[in-house]
Amino acid sequence: MTNSINEIPNTKLMFVIGSNTTEAHPVIGTKMKQALANGAKLIVVDPRETQLAEYSDLYLRLRPGTDIALINGMMNIILANGWENRAFIEERTEGFDEKFLETIAKYPPEVASQITGVPVDQLVEAARLYATTDPAQIFYTLGITEHTYGTDNVMSLANLALLTGNLGKESSGVNPLRGQNNVQGACDMGALPNVYPGYQPIVSPAAQAKFEAAWGVSLSPKPGFMIPDMFEAAHSKNLLALYVFGEDPVLTDADANHVRKGLEALDFLVVQDIFMSETAKLADVVLPGASFAEKDGTFTNTERRVQRVNQAIKPIGNSKPDWEIICELATRMGYPFTYQSPADIMLEVASLAPQYAGVTHGRLENHGLQWPVLSCDHPGTKFLHEGTCTRGKGLFMPIENQEPNESPDAEYPFLLTTGRKLAHYNVMTRNSAALETYSPEELAEINPADAKRLGFQDGERVHVKSRRGELDTKIVITERVPEGVVFMTLHYLETPTNVLTNGAYDKVTKTYEYKVCGVQISKIS
Amino acid sequence: MLITITIDGCEVSVPKGTSILEACRMHDIQIPTLCYDPELTSDGACRLCVVQIEGNHNLPPACRTTVWQGMVVQTQSPKVRAARKTILELLVANHPLDCMTCQKMGNCFLAEYAYDYGVTGEIYQGEKRKLPIDDGNPFILRDPNKCILCGKCIKACSQIQGKSILDYSFRGFNMQVSPAFNLPYNESDCDFCGSCVSVCPVGALTEKHMVGKGRPWEIKKVQTTCPFCGTGCNFDLNVKDGKVIGVTSNPDAPVNGKALCVKGRFGTDMIHSPNRLTTPLIKKDGVFVPAEWDEALDLVATKFQEIKNNYGADAIAALSSARCTNEDNFVMQKFMRAVVGTNNIDHCART
Repeated sequence: MTNSINEIPNTKLMFVIGSNTTEAHPVIGTKMKQALANGAKLIVVDPRETQLAEYSDLYLRLRPGTDIALINGMMNIILANGWENRAFIEERTEGFDEKFLETIAKYPPEVASQITGVPVDQLVEAARLYATTDPAQIFYTLGITEHTYGTDNVMSLANLALLTGNLGKESSGVNPLRGQNNVQGACDMGALPNVYPGYQPIVSPAAQAKFEAAWGVSLSPKPGFMIPDMFEAAHSKNLLALYVFGEDPVLTDADANHVRKGLEALDFLVVQDIFMSETAKLADVVLPGASFAEKDGTFTNTERRVQRVNQAIKPIGNSKPDWEIICELATRMGYPFTYQSPADIMLEVASLAPQYAGVTHGRLENHGLQWPVLSCDHPGTKFLHEGTCTRGKGLFMPIENQEPNESPDAEYPFLLTTGRKLAHYNVMTRNSAALETYSPEELAEINPADAKRLGFQDGERVHVKSRRGELDTKIVITERVPEGVVFMTLHYLETPTNVLTNGAYDKVTKTYEYKVCGVQISKIS
Repeated sequence: MLITITIDGCEVSVPKGTSILEACRMHDIQIPTLCYDPELTSDGACRLCVVQIEGNHNLPPACRTTVWQGMVVQTQSPKVRAARKTILELLVANHPLDCMTCQKMGNCFLAEYAYDYGVTGEIYQGEKRKLPIDDGNPFILRDPNKCILCGKCIKACSQIQGKSILDYSFRGFNMQVSPAFNLPYNESDCDFCGSCVSVCPVGALTEKHMVGKGRPWEIKKVQTTCPFCGTGCNFDLNVKDGKVIGVTSNPDAPVNGKALCVKGRFGTDMIHSPNRLTTPLIKKDGVFVPAEWDEALDLVATKFQEIKNNYGADAIAALSSARCTNEDNFVMQKFMRAVVGTNNIDHCART
């Protein structure tokens, strides 16, 4: 997030697109509701009528995957009415040129409305509210990124913020709500194939030299595999061994049958986890890690706040904290990792990642610090891009609307979109007896008109099939989804939704298109 | 601008607009409260925080009275203590006195103040309520018989969670706090965030799974960061005899204060799930066989080394974990880069 979570109650306008906030980030959802109680306006853009949509001043139900057309349409309206922030564009941005304006000119309200299915007056009102309210904030989540053009979706939102100057201020910016508890931190730590810790590029000779000096070995200058590449490489025997740590790709990656075959093709699979996951069942060796309650360390949240994780109990059974297991492996392979504690590891992180330069476990205490923390006396950073953007000037990018890789057709007429529900977090919370009692099974959402046409009753089990896989699921009939759309979650191994989803991915980030694919639905005979 | 007032004979300075209660809390002067919470608006409902102000005839509630220059306040005068005692006597008159088995024992503000003010329940022998207990959900136990109608749960639901599931119903002696139409929680629109439980001063709202698991003085609280979504809420793990028995809000949590969601507050029982892996396992002839750490780690190290030697480091890859700590992830990527010798490391960064 460019801004902080506790800036939300003070904002005047929230533009929430592709985020089921009250279910996927419930406490951020409460902050949004507090902002509403303080008089803020709320625009929700989502094909699915989320709980947050019920609270909104304006709910735009766009056709799944037409976000760029919607945002370009809003920018067209903003420019036509002179609502853009000329001073901000002049001082803080570049790329506001003919090519950009020509692209926006292709999306007058009528065209944007036709593509998105959102009425013109709603597009105008959304544009007016967002452009003329100060401070205004954008929030997005996987509804934006889980498309084959997810990166372009994000850049469109950046265009919208730059055009109106809603950036670099308290309670005003572009805020991706990160999904996993430490997805921000795992990225910061360089658990990515193209960057070292602190986002220093693998291809930069200076970065390579820095890390070679720090670690005393020569390092590969070749960027590694991203997740989808790994399964491809396993199929083609270019990848022989995989070490899976705290993930369950068999359930959580798109096109699960393809993923499973990739894992089965490996010569050697090691899984380190706290539960016998579906992926672990395929492993040659399973190593028992310790849960968050059993180890020390830090998580970095969606607002860049590095916070302590404190050991409360001893590791269960013969399990071990994950860092210890990895250190023991390194030592056995001839490079001793001699860290005495997670605090010790953080000292090395601070010496190598500029954003973490001033982070030590001692300084975090019970309040944490928001990166960048540039030195030991730097207080951390509440919001980003004040005065200047990280790259210097904010860059406008001309972005055209695109089609999903696989849209519904005559053979697979329903559009399947996926997400999370309040009571569960991915696949692990099934092991909580309380949550499992409360929410024990998948309930695929289907529109009443579709249910009527197909003769489905509420609570009936139906058969769902895509080009990649099939399953049976219980349904709930609800107007939360529009006609022609089915919504399912990824939580239930008995209903492994990702056997259906499409493995096509974004060209830059290789994020799967979890949000759109074609399925057929039929009665179970 | 600072205002100088005198509390119990001591001169203190506080910012303009501060309430007497806040001024007292800033200076560690104890005033009993049942309906006050710094995260919520003050209604002055319980009247337990009454104080005596020089020149005033009545006893105003400290939470609803703003300080003024030269104010002279007494928080423990006989008149004040007598008034508070009467309020407590009236609250206890219809309150079940099953403290020995009450989950709130040791954390109950009513019991604490009754002890302080010598209230035994003998003065007013009132009628007791016999309302059904709401236990139809896996998370929250609601015992309306113990409710003192302070209204904090109602405000937590509306002001923290923004849901307004709870409100007063019925009148007079029959007054209760409940979801609409006096429905049980699980038939209401409740999200089970448990904010109501976190503010209840008595045993009316308790965490169901913690009942019978431990007394406050036996429990060690460890502040930590929630392992579920990316919001980064902090809470206290409640530990007894080396076991996590539940979660309670930590008011100092920097992101969330007392607010949590159903997963963070009630889902950590997965820590002690019988499904936890407790020993390394090696697959032999298609079946997992328990192994010692040395055997398992040696096998992994040998296989990795063998593949690296025969096919190159790029034939090995790792999926790191967005669920694990920064330190775990740092050593994992360093292991792959500096020890194995490849940049084949990724995690579900985009999901």
